[in-house]
Amino acid sequence: MSLRSTVTAFPTLLRVGFMDAVAYRAELLVWMLATTMPLVMLALFTTVAADGPIGRYGQPQFIAYFLATFIVRQLTGSWAFYEMNFEVRSGTLAMRLLRPVHPLWAYAAENLAALPMRLLVSLPVAAVALVWVGRQATTHDPVMWGLFAVSVLGAWLITLFVNFAVGCLSFFVESSMKLMDTWLVFFFVLSGYLIPVDLFPHGVRAVVDWLPFRYQIGLPVELMTGAHGTAHALGLLGRQWMWVAIGLGTTSVLWRSGLRRFAAYGG
Amino acid sequence: MRYARLLLMQVRASMLLALQYRADFLLDGFVEIFWMVPAIVPLAVVFRVRPHLGEWSFGEALMVVGWFTFLQGVLEGVINPSLVTVVDHIRKGTLDFVLLKPADAQFLVSTARFQPWQCVNVFTAVGIFVWGFVVLGRGPTPADIGVATVAMLAAVVALYSLWILTVSAAFYVVRIDNLSQLFNAIFDAARWPVSVFPRVVRLLFTFVIPLALMTTYPARALLGTLPWATLAGALGGGIIAFTVARIVWKASIARYTSAGG
Repeated sequence: MSLRSTVTAFPTLLRVGFMDAVAYRAELLVWMLATTMPLVMLALFTTVAADGPIGRYGQPQFIAYFLATFIVRQLTGSWAFYEMNFEVRSGTLAMRLLRPVHPLWAYAAENLAALPMRLLVSLPVAAVALVWVGRQATTHDPVMWGLFAVSVLGAWLITLFVNFAVGCLSFFVESSMKLMDTWLVFFFVLSGYLIPVDLFPHGVRAVVDWLPFRYQIGLPVELMTGAHGTAHALGLLGRQWMWVAIGLGTTSVLWRSGLRRFAAYGG
Repeated sequence: MRYARLLLMQVRASMLLALQYRADFLLDGFVEIFWMVPAIVPLAVVFRVRPHLGEWSFGEALMVVGWFTFLQGVLEGVINPSLVTVVDHIRKGTLDFVLLKPADAQFLVSTARFQPWQCVNVFTAVGIFVWGFVVLGRGPTPADIGVATVAMLAAVVALYSLWILTVSAAFYVVRIDNLSQLFNAIFDAARWPVSVFPRVVRLLFTFVIPLALMTTYPARALLGTLPWATLAGALGGGIIAFTVARIVWKASIARYTSAGG
């Protein structure tokens, strides 16, 4: 499992992953439909904001915010946990372990390879957003767009590492599914997915700023909608990448110790 | 009568299965109570800045969340476990064994699995109702509770019909592990009173996906503000949904070709 073999195998993995995404497009479509929650929140908050802005959010800001949320979730979503959980429990992980590529790289490649299909959906939404709210609600600063790209990558990595880490817990406990559910609860509430983080009361916000959730969705969205100055944005990005590092560390520790406990049946 | 006995048997089997995993019991209950949090936090945040949303105050909106929690218990306790089972059957082709049994297949797949600990949600829902009425500073009349119970029955029937429709989709699209996620995602919108949505969405949630029927109407019934005509409409809607679901189920099962086919 050298780095070199991974690098040579990666384009193939991506191609396989892409074909997989094309073959199972119905599943992808279902997943996308399942992530339309921001659009419901969009409908809701635009009516709420009809009598005047809430915080710094008027109607156009809400529209931009939740359309951006939809796009960011499409770009950063990951389901590696469910696959890992299934493969650990059914023992088919053994098959992956035989290959000369680290299984986690393979999962990551599958995830990444579905991106083109998802872009197919999120790009029209982005176009609609631009036409609908004009350019007033998104940032004009090219630097900010650069930071946005970095933050999307960070958000994806955090989500992926959470999936991996909880997936590794399947080696230790039977009910890792419940743990994932619990994580998702926090994620939905605190990430800015259902509600912009800056609408929370101040005390709550201070805590949320140090938790990983808002860096999974909220930060990229805020950067895209131009909510922060450059200095503040850089500070938040720093915290995001701190969580990426923590995720990487946790994942590698859990993977190593978990794999020793792994026993496949029928192998 | 035979079906009642069958139902009892299925429930007992699920009960015994659940009792084998007692540690899960506690954990599950805990997670369930936890799931209430995302239902309430956005509501609390919105009502902090706007004391009234249309004709809804915070206390009144809590009724909707209460019914949402209740139905989520029904969904997770009765509906989703069976959904996972039947989708698995369809994928593997083992649905044959269900179809061969001398009882209605829809009945059998609907009662295949229960998760008894989801009852926690019912208690949580009652808790939310009490909280809501404390906020409102009054209580429901016995008549309101009666009307709400009827509305709730219509809601459960509608939810069940929607579920049968979702299961039917599994006959057409093979790999569909995340079907329950789709179902949950649609249902999630039901935690808000339907009248706070813009017109188009409101119509969609009333007539196409009857979310209004599921949480808003029972909530209004509990508050004593549900018109009789709407209640009749809800009952009619429930019956129509059930009939449509039954027809679609019949059509889908005719398409089922087992694993080898």
